[in-house]
Amino acid sequence: MTPAIEITALAKSFGATRAVNGIDLTIARGSVYGLLGPNGAGKTTTIRMLATLLRPDAGTARVLGHDIVREAGAVRAKVSLTGQFASIDEDLTGQENLVLVGRLLGLSWRDARVRATELLGAFALTEAATRQVRTFSGGMRRRLDIAASFVVTPEVLFLDEPTTGLDPRSRNQVWDIVRAIAAEGTTVLLTTQYLEEADRLADRLAVIDHGRLIAEGTSRDLKSSVGANTLHIQLVTTEDQSRAREQLTRALDAEVHSGADTCSLSVTIADVKRVADALAALSAAGIDIAEFSLGQPSLDEVFFALTGHPAQPTASQDSPAVAQETGT
Amino acid sequence: MSTDTLSSTTVSPGKLHAVLSRTPRPAVASGLAATITLGWRALLKIKHVPFQLFDVTAFPLMMTLMFTFLFGGALAGSPREYIQFLLPGILVQAIVFITVYTGVGLNTDITKGLYDRFRSLPIWQPAPIFGALLGDVLRYGLAALMVITLGLILGFRPEGGVPGVLLGTALVLVFAFSLSWIWIIVGMLVKTPESVMTTSFLFLFPLTFASNIFVDPATMPGWLQTVVSFNPVTHLATAARGLMHGQQVLASIAWVLIASAIVTAIFAPIALRMYYKER
Ligand SMILES: Nc1ncnc2c1ncn2[C@@H]1O[C@H](COP(=O)(O)OP(=O)(O)O)[C@@H](O)[C@H]1O
Ligand SMILES: [Mg+2]
Repeated sequence: MTPAIEITALAKSFGATRAVNGIDLTIARGSVYGLLGPNGAGKTTTIRMLATLLRPDAGTARVLGHDIVREAGAVRAKVSLTGQFASIDEDLTGQENLVLVGRLLGLSWRDARVRATELLGAFALTEAATRQVRTFSGGMRRRLDIAASFVVTPEVLFLDEPTTGLDPRSRNQVWDIVRAIAAEGTTVLLTTQYLEEADRLADRLAVIDHGRLIAEGTSRDLKSSVGANTLHIQLVTTEDQSRAREQLTRALDAEVHSGADTCSLSVTIADVKRVADALAALSAAGIDIAEFSLGQPSLDEVFFALTGHPAQPTASQDSPAVAQETGT
Repeated sequence: MSTDTLSSTTVSPGKLHAVLSRTPRPAVASGLAATITLGWRALLKIKHVPFQLFDVTAFPLMMTLMFTFLFGGALAGSPREYIQFLLPGILVQAIVFITVYTGVGLNTDITKGLYDRFRSLPIWQPAPIFGALLGDVLRYGLAALMVITLGLILGFRPEGGVPGVLLGTALVLVFAFSLSWIWIIVGMLVKTPESVMTTSFLFLFPLTFASNIFVDPATMPGWLQTVVSFNPVTHLATAARGLMHGQQVLASIAWVLIASAIVTAIFAPIALRMYYKER
């Protein structure tokens, strides 16, 4: 069977900006594929080309075996796009938005209404069905937007930054929805700036930066490609932090990073056997450790190792929970 | 203040799986059905946001009241006399102004990402444009009804009767329809809905004021009379006035129809070409 998506040397510029600068990628059917990259990396441009909204400058792409330029109609008949900004009509109600899409896709008025009601129920929007979308919270908009992509179930769903700007609760709901979509057999190509999201949802992922693909694989592959493990240490008191840092640097000859709070430290180590040396050094210096763990690097560290700069925003849980509340 | 309390009912996995499973795909709506559906959307918008009708008609309605009572006596002997002259012209002005909403609406849909959804559907691609135009005709019709009703209240008594008023209104709609194509182009070119408004008013104020809507151009300086006589709005106002009062104005009607055809022939292909071109 042909893959869900095959991209060859795809490129797109806007004036002097090379938004997508030669990407090759193959995505298997039935998977959740994550396109991970910071703001401006070229994620949206890639997705809009695949959804036939933009014409590539160079290279080719096939979606479910159809060329995105020459067979754009065939592609449109099989995919759905949930764009970065909720693509629903603010003036209309939730129900009306779904009926509108249903009618455009060829359902009768009656079938379109039945389908809309079903979708609203499943996406926890029944009570908001007759309210104008402008009164919806960010999470509700997102869910309605995804529901609109499933008025007729697509074979491939493009999901552009589905959780950006959502509070943690809404984000978890969207994650549940994405998992259910994949379980029912729709291939999902999702983009995200959040490493945690890619790690949790995607079977495989590609890291893109400045329009180029810089790494591809499972999140496990990517982590091991950094070629090292990470020692995480939780100190008992904050006061020990600088001394502990000094000891670890000396014992391991590596750069030590501070964690989320001032009590935690992490250091990348090439050889697991040296963990003992590190712990012995801390003990000899009289520094008490509350906890330590040896783990794979986080995706943040992977991103840093690959690009030489951190992914911004650092992680989804650190970003302020700003549901797009409307006030007109 | 969170409005998300309603979503406290979480998504239910059972129901989700049921709605997400693959079902046979219906045959996609025909171009006509898609256009009608998108026209229905425009009706829903009027239902939910009726203010959008007042927004643009408010100004012409105010002009009607002001001109009729302040200047009516001076310009035509009496307010009642003057409104017979003014009202068809005010109708022209109101409808010409409201055409801007075609561009505003289109631009809003593009900036909000709604056009990305429409364009990614397997529908006849220009359906969103024609659907919007269909909705606009309804909108213009409603605005016309408002203006004429106010006129009747103020003493407007068209001698051409109902057929005359309907024909006059229809002619105004034909011209408005051709003008809409220009706003579709502006709507695709500028960045925000507000700039569609500002751009358009730079054009619409001179277009409607340098005409015979408010006064007979006979008292104007010669150069201005020339400008006025070439302004299609002048011919439209003359034709609408004549039709509504049962006078013979074939020349003006022909002028308007030809002008509308030329405007459409020039701008519709450009608009569609731009629409097909990627953004
Ligand atoms: N329509 C456009 N016109 C000009 N520049 C654009 C346009 N769309 C995107 N860009 C530029 O292309 C680059 C990639 O953008 P985008 O694909 O939106 O990135 P991402 O979705 O990863 O944040 C950015 O530098 C952006 O400013
Ligand atoms: Mg983007």
